[in-house]
Amino acid sequence: MRGLRLLGYSFAILGLLLSGRPALAEETIKLAYTDPFSGPFASGGDEFLKNFQYIIARKNAAGGALGKKYELVPFDDKLQPAEALIALKSMTDQNIPFVMHCTGSNVGAALIDAVSKHNARNPDNRILYLNCGALATELTNEQCDFWHFRFAGSVDMRAAARIKALPADLKKVYLLNQDYLFGQSIQHDSKKWLAKLRPDIEIVGDELMPFGKVQDFAPYVAKIKASGAQSVITGNYNRDLNLLIKAAVDAGLDVRFDTFLSHLIGGPTAIGTAGENRLTSIMEFNGNVPVDLKVPDAEKFANDWRTSGHDTDFSALNFVTMIDMLTDAINKAGSTDPLKVALALEDMHEKDLVGQETIMRKEDHQLLMPYYAGVFSKGVKYDSEHTGYGWKNYMTASTSDLTLPTICKMKRPE
Amino acid sequence: MEIVLVSLLNGLVYGMLLFMLASGLTLIFSMMGVLNFAHASIYMIGAYLAFTVSQFTGFFPALIIAPILCGLLGAAIEVWGLRRAHGNGHIAELLFTFGLVFIIQRVVQMTWGMLPMPYRVPPLLDFPLFTFYGAHFPAYRGFMLLVSAGMLVATWLLLKKTRVGLIIQAALTQPQMVSALGHNVPRVFTIVFAGGCMLAGLAGVIGGNYQTTEPGMADAMGPIVFVVVVFGGLGSLMGCFIASILMGMIQTFAVVIDASLLDLIKPLGITLSGDNLFTEFMTVPVARIGALLPFALMILILLFRPRGLMGTRDT
Repeated sequence: MRGLRLLGYSFAILGLLLSGRPALAEETIKLAYTDPFSGPFASGGDEFLKNFQYIIARKNAAGGALGKKYELVPFDDKLQPAEALIALKSMTDQNIPFVMHCTGSNVGAALIDAVSKHNARNPDNRILYLNCGALATELTNEQCDFWHFRFAGSVDMRAAARIKALPADLKKVYLLNQDYLFGQSIQHDSKKWLAKLRPDIEIVGDELMPFGKVQDFAPYVAKIKASGAQSVITGNYNRDLNLLIKAAVDAGLDVRFDTFLSHLIGGPTAIGTAGENRLTSIMEFNGNVPVDLKVPDAEKFANDWRTSGHDTDFSALNFVTMIDMLTDAINKAGSTDPLKVALALEDMHEKDLVGQETIMRKEDHQLLMPYYAGVFSKGVKYDSEHTGYGWKNYMTASTSDLTLPTICKMKRPE
Repeated sequence: MEIVLVSLLNGLVYGMLLFMLASGLTLIFSMMGVLNFAHASIYMIGAYLAFTVSQFTGFFPALIIAPILCGLLGAAIEVWGLRRAHGNGHIAELLFTFGLVFIIQRVVQMTWGMLPMPYRVPPLLDFPLFTFYGAHFPAYRGFMLLVSAGMLVATWLLLKKTRVGLIIQAALTQPQMVSALGHNVPRVFTIVFAGGCMLAGLAGVIGGNYQTTEPGMADAMGPIVFVVVVFGGLGSLMGCFIASILMGMIQTFAVVIDASLLDLIKPLGITLSGDNLFTEFMTVPVARIGALLPFALMILILLFRPRGLMGTRDT
C-alpha cells in the first residue's frame, strides 16, 4: 500500500517536471545532438556532448541568436544508423530545426538520406543536418545534399595534410587501417596523396585489420618490423590505436606513428610515454595552437575548459566555428527556418577562434578549414590529459592548401 | 622463420590470457549449464580494481587483492542473483547475466569515467626479458606466462587432488547424483562461480595493463572467450586449454599470412577474374579476416562435433 502511494507521488512529481518543459521550450532554439552515449564508443559521444555544453553556455551568455538561447537536446544513437533514424523521427516530431551529429560515417550517410527525404515530404517541418565529424569524403562528394553541412575536414583534406606533414627524410611507410568505410577511405586517400606529394616514399605494407576485434597487436608489430618501415600511417583510433602503439613499444619497434586521430579523447592517456617524439596527429586544434599563433582569447577559451573540471583537452575548434556560423546564419536569416538558415550558411566566410579564415563552400557544403600537425612531446605549454606530454605543432595545412576539388552535383530546393 | 618463432611466442602469451578467462567460464558453464555473459565484465572489473588498489599498495598486492574482491563479487552475484533466477530455468539465468553486462558497464563508467585508465606495467617488470631476432620480448609477457601457468597448475591440483575438486568434478557431470549423496550442490555452485570470477579478476589484473583498461574492454574480450569455451567442450579444462592456445595461435598466425584462398588453388591451374562477390571472397587475404577465423571454427565445430573438442557432454 505504501509502495503504491510512493509510486503515485513519483508520477505526480514526474508530471510536474514534464509540464514545466514546454513553457521553457518556446523561448529557446533547440539543437538536437545525436551520437553514441552508450556502448564501446560512449566516451567519444560523452566528450563531444560536454564540448557542446561548454560552447553553447558561452554562446548563450553572449546573447544566443535572435535574442533566444540555445537548448541542447541529446539523443543516443549507439553508433547505429537505425537508432539515429529513430532519433531523427523524434526530433522532427518535436519540431527541432537542427540536428548535429559527429561520430560514424555510416550513421552520417543514413542521416543525409533520411533528412533529405523528410524535408522533401514535409516542407513545413524541415530539419538541417550539421555534421561535425562524419568524415568519409563521399558525404560531400557523391552523396552530397543541400540539407547537409559538414563542419569538419573530409578524409581527403586530412590525408592531404597528413602526407604533407611527413618528414622529408622518410622513405618507407606502412599503412594500417580499420576495415570499414572510414579506414578504407583513409587507406585510399593516403595512397592518392602519397603518389601525388611524395612519390619518393615506398609503401612497404598496406593492410586492413578487423575494426575493434584485434586483442593482440604483437603479430602486426612483428610484420611491420619485418617490412622495414620507418613509419606507420594509420587512421586507427581508440583501442585499435592504443594497443598497436603499446605492442610496438613493448617489442622495441623503432618507428614513427603518423596518425590521423591519436589526439582524440583517451588517446594520450592510454599511450603515454610510449608516444614521445614519435607519435604525430592531424588536429583541428590543440591547446598549443593559440600559444603559437599568439591569440590570448583562444588560449583562455581552451584553458578555461581544462580548469573547469574536465580531465581532457579542448580540441573541437570546428564545433565553435559551427555554432558561430549557425548563429550568424540565423541572425542573418532572421529566423530558424532550415531553408533560410541553409541559404545564409552557403558561402559564409568567417574567421575562426584563432583568426584563421574558414569558408562554407556553396558547391558541396564542406567547411574549408586549416589543420595542424603536432608531435607528442615534452616541454610544451599545455600537456594533454595531464600526461606531461602535449602536442608540439610543427606544420599547418592552411585553408587554401586544403581547398580541394569536389565532384558534388547538388540538387537544390526550388 | 624468425617471424614464425616470434608469432609462436606471441600466440602462446595471448592464448594463456584467454585460457585464464575461459577456464573459469567453462567451469561455470559446465556446472550450471548457463553461459555467463557477464564473465568478461568481471574481467574488466578486475582490471579497474587492480588499477585502483595498485594506486595505494603497488602492483603486487593488487595482484592478490583484486581477484579476491572479484571472487567476493562473484559469490554475491551467485547467492543473491543467479540462485533466485535459477528457479525460473536457464533462460532466466541467461537473461540475468545478460542484463548484468549492461549494469556493470554502466557502473564502471559512472565510477571510473569513460577515459582509459593510466594503468601501466610495474617498473619492476618493464624491461625487455630477451631480444629475439631484433625484437624485444617484454619481461611482463614472461610474467603473464608464469602467472597463467601457475594458475593452470593450481587449478588442476585443486580439481584432481582435493576432496572439493572431486565433488566439483562430480557435480559437473552428475549434479543430481551428487546432491542425492548429501553434498550441498548450491554451495558448490557458489564456490565455482566465485572461483571462476576470481580467475577472471586475475586475468583482468594482468590483462588490464597489457592491453588498456577502459569501459570497452569487456565487449572486446567477451565474444572470443565464448568461442574458446564452446570450442573446447563442456566440462573439460584440458579442452579449454587446447582451445585457448589454438585460438591464440590462429589469431596470431593469421595476421602474418598474406595469402588468400585463391593462392591455395592456384597450383591447380584455376584463375579467377572479374569483379564479383566470389572473386572478392577468394582473393581476400587471410590477414584481413584473421580475427574472424575463431568464429568460423566455432560454427564448424558446432556443426560437426557439437560437444566440442574434448567435451564430456553435448552443448
